[in-house]
Amino acid sequence: MTTNSATTTATPATKGMSRQTLFVGVLLALGLIAPFAVYPVFLMKGLCFALFAAAFNLLLGYVGLLSFGHAMFFGWSAYITAHAAKEWGLTPEIAVLLGTFCAAGMGAVVGWLAIRRQGIYFAMITLALAQLMYFVALQAPFTHGEDGIQGVPRGHLFGLIDLNETMNMYYFVFGVFVLALFFLYRVINSPFGQVLKAIRDNEPRAISLGYQVHRYKLIAFVISAGLSGMAGSVKSLVFQLASLTDVHWHASGEVVLMTLLGGVGTIFGPTAGAYLVVTIQNYFATLGSWVTIIQGVIFVVCVLAFRSGIVGVLRPLLKKRGIEA
Amino acid sequence: MMTLFGIPAAALFGQLLLGLINGAFYAVLSLGLALIFGLLNIINFSHGAQYMVGAFVAWLGLTYLGANYWVALILAPLVVAAVGVVLERTMLSRLYKLDHLYGLLLTFGLALIIEGVFRNLYGISGIPYAVPKELAGGWNLGFMYLPIYRAWVVIASLVLCVGTWLLIEKTKLGAYLRAATENPALVQAMGINVPIMITLTYGFGVALAAFAGVLAAPIYSVNPLMGSNLIIVVFAVVVIGGMGSIMGSIVTGFMLGLLEGLTKVIYPEAASTVIFMVMVVVLLIKPAGLFGKGA
Amino acid sequence: MLKKALIGAVALTALTAAQASAQYSDNKIKIGVLTDLSGTYSDLAGKGAVVAAQMAVEDFGGKVNGVPVEIVSADHQNKADIASSIARKWYDAEQVDAIAELVTTAAAIAVREVSKEKGKIDLVSGAASTALTNAKCSATGFHWTYDTAALANGTANAVVKNGGKSWYFLTADYAFGHDLQAQTERVVKANGGEIKGAVRHPFPNSDFSSFLLQAQASGAQIIGLANAGADTINAIKQAKEFGITQGGQSLAGLLVFITDVHSLGLDTAQGMMMTTGYYWNRDDETRAWSKRWSAKMDGKMPSMVHAGTYSSVMHYLKALAAAKTDDGMKVADQMRALPIKDASGFAVNGKIRADGRMVHDMYLAQVKKPADSKGAWDYYNIVRTIPGDDAYQSLADSKCDLVKK
Repeated sequence: MTTNSATTTATPATKGMSRQTLFVGVLLALGLIAPFAVYPVFLMKGLCFALFAAAFNLLLGYVGLLSFGHAMFFGWSAYITAHAAKEWGLTPEIAVLLGTFCAAGMGAVVGWLAIRRQGIYFAMITLALAQLMYFVALQAPFTHGEDGIQGVPRGHLFGLIDLNETMNMYYFVFGVFVLALFFLYRVINSPFGQVLKAIRDNEPRAISLGYQVHRYKLIAFVISAGLSGMAGSVKSLVFQLASLTDVHWHASGEVVLMTLLGGVGTIFGPTAGAYLVVTIQNYFATLGSWVTIIQGVIFVVCVLAFRSGIVGVLRPLLKKRGIEA
Repeated sequence: MMTLFGIPAAALFGQLLLGLINGAFYAVLSLGLALIFGLLNIINFSHGAQYMVGAFVAWLGLTYLGANYWVALILAPLVVAAVGVVLERTMLSRLYKLDHLYGLLLTFGLALIIEGVFRNLYGISGIPYAVPKELAGGWNLGFMYLPIYRAWVVIASLVLCVGTWLLIEKTKLGAYLRAATENPALVQAMGINVPIMITLTYGFGVALAAFAGVLAAPIYSVNPLMGSNLIIVVFAVVVIGGMGSIMGSIVTGFMLGLLEGLTKVIYPEAASTVIFMVMVVVLLIKPAGLFGKGA
Repeated sequence: MLKKALIGAVALTALTAAQASAQYSDNKIKIGVLTDLSGTYSDLAGKGAVVAAQMAVEDFGGKVNGVPVEIVSADHQNKADIASSIARKWYDAEQVDAIAELVTTAAAIAVREVSKEKGKIDLVSGAASTALTNAKCSATGFHWTYDTAALANGTANAVVKNGGKSWYFLTADYAFGHDLQAQTERVVKANGGEIKGAVRHPFPNSDFSSFLLQAQASGAQIIGLANAGADTINAIKQAKEFGITQGGQSLAGLLVFITDVHSLGLDTAQGMMMTTGYYWNRDDETRAWSKRWSAKMDGKMPSMVHAGTYSSVMHYLKALAAAKTDDGMKVADQMRALPIKDASGFAVNGKIRADGRMVHDMYLAQVKKPADSKGAWDYYNIVRTIPGDDAYQSLADSKCDLVKK
């Protein structure tokens, strides 16, 4: 997964910088006015998956590790947030934070076990652990098996803002998303992020330069797991539901599809990919099994002809205009 | 009554025998996967779909051509292999120079397409396929009633697995294959057409899947999702056995079948999960798998 | 010019007059059929349910008090989260007034939560769990076709009375399976039967041999299959293969649809007892309706879920017409008040209770021997009609908070 050329850290000219600011500003403005034009719940679903994909992309795109078990963080934090909000009556922000920290904690354990392996073995060990966690989700009484935790209260943000109002909920989700994406952007462009990229491109060299590669990988894994968890937590509040779907290995496959489609190792790629996949699911639901076929075709086309993804293809064009996507 | 682990011995033997039968499917399927991985370095995610297509070819052959079970046992692998060869030539062959993961993703996509198409055409509730007359009935073994057909599944799978193993370990063709797995460039230089060998290996690997599909058709209903439920488990078998190891995948297939059988007696809810527990443990202790060489 | 204006004025008054007599939001009635279009249950519900709903609209004349009716459909893939998000989208953004079918308990409960919140009507046909009329009941939610209590009261009663006293269960390991097993155990014990044990199998599962062997070892006379769809089919086939039935034990399929019997074939399924809410070949009325449905569905015959979807949508349309509004509560009141009768021959002696349960006569059926079947899909002998009040959980036992005690 290391074919893209994003590693060259451009030294942005001041002009480029302002264009970048403008570009991000336009995206932010779009996000702010979007719920007046498009169905907000759909937008929120997209944002949750976009955050999930962006978190996943930190591992795949910047460390070169394909996890095939990320659904365990996404799904389990959804359960934890849903349970905390419904049974313990916690406020939404605390419930989300709790889900996020639990996912990060799980990430620390899973990561510690998995990062000793690479490539296919890494994918397989994450898959196996995710299957175990799926089994626990199926059997544990508090998850309510197939029914999931339903009727999760959205509650009042900080005890003040009523999230049952769709618009309030949207801006809450949007806020979480923007902050998380900004955090990821900072991580990627920090010295820490540079080391990650160095490990991705040439691990033995990074080791010989004296970096403790395992420690870097583990930290990246924990961040990725935590933010995936944050996405799952928020999703459980949006849909007032936490279910087995989000812990199933299909969810792990879906996040790969989103990231691949949008562009591995790009900042905005996972968001674009997530929205495309969610759109297909939402608007083609009437087509039944055609959705599966369409997803399959997208996979095949992406892998054969379109490996850099949507944003990957657009990036050279944007770069000419001084925009880092 | 004699008991082992607090379970009547008779019941335990019955469960172990059943485990062996399941293991036979795991062995044939994981053998195909291991062959493909060994030479192509591709994790064939569409293996489950190809297994399902095998079962469907058997059913279609019976319904539209009047081809009976024995014909299907030959026909289905050939048809699936032919399709596999086309897929390999047109798509997979473009990915050999890239990371393994692209092969995984491509075949994942292919599996979605194949399953989607069959779902559209034949629904989902499963189509019955009768046990061939010659193999109907069963034997009373005292501790259980063993359907002849299930015994046949174990024997046919064992013969096929051992045959494949001999082919690879003991013949000249097998020697080329093993050499090409180690160093394709060198083998090519010695005048052997490696690309054709790769194509045929893929064809043979998926033919094994189709063969398992025909074996499965009379036991389970012929159902578009029959493979997707199985593929993840078979992956685990291959990983535990050691990716690319022929003997490893065969032995592990049967062993895990037995283990699963045992779990179904002790803690049935965990039957579908126990294999993954083993997988985690094996990967941590012996990352290259039980029979694998190096990581 | 003047003429045009006049016509316009007349048309406008006519329109406002119609609106004055009947208030339907956005001048359109939209019914969503939310079902499994691609998964395990797509044969027993799926496209056939969409067709049934469309037939109801056509038979009603396509309009309610002059306002056109439209059917939309979607695939919930048996997943609660997908069902919930589609329901939300339909109610919020696409002016859907009611949602019908809803196979799979988890999906039905998810939609029930949303419908309750928005005050919209849901017409559950395919889902089985009694939770829908107990803990999860709603003033605007209806459970139409069957439920686990009716299945248990029908099949288990009959089997125990025929001498099947000791039971062992193969139970799908999720809410629906647990519920079905619990309901059946209750009936078996009430009739003096005995429970020898149970084994929970993963859902979905393809290999039942080891579970069947455990059931065999238990020595129970009856092996109760508390599962559905492909799981039931596989369990029955494999029981035959392992000589369970020849060994003197019998299987009781606790939820078997006619589509399952079709898939099993009469050879395998013959003699099996089951409870159903509908059988297409029961009388002239059911035959006439089913043949019309069949003509649109490549010669298949409808399951009880298909007929139940038709019946529930038809009743909803009648209530809409009578209520002259699409306000959920008012329509629900009309649904409870109006008699239930439609062309499918479903809902014999049907009535809707306070908990949302549509109580109607159920049938105890036995699968015919291949020699007795007179043609394709001629599969059942109706052994007995079970009056609705005997089949369903009594209102006194309901945990629904809408039931006044």
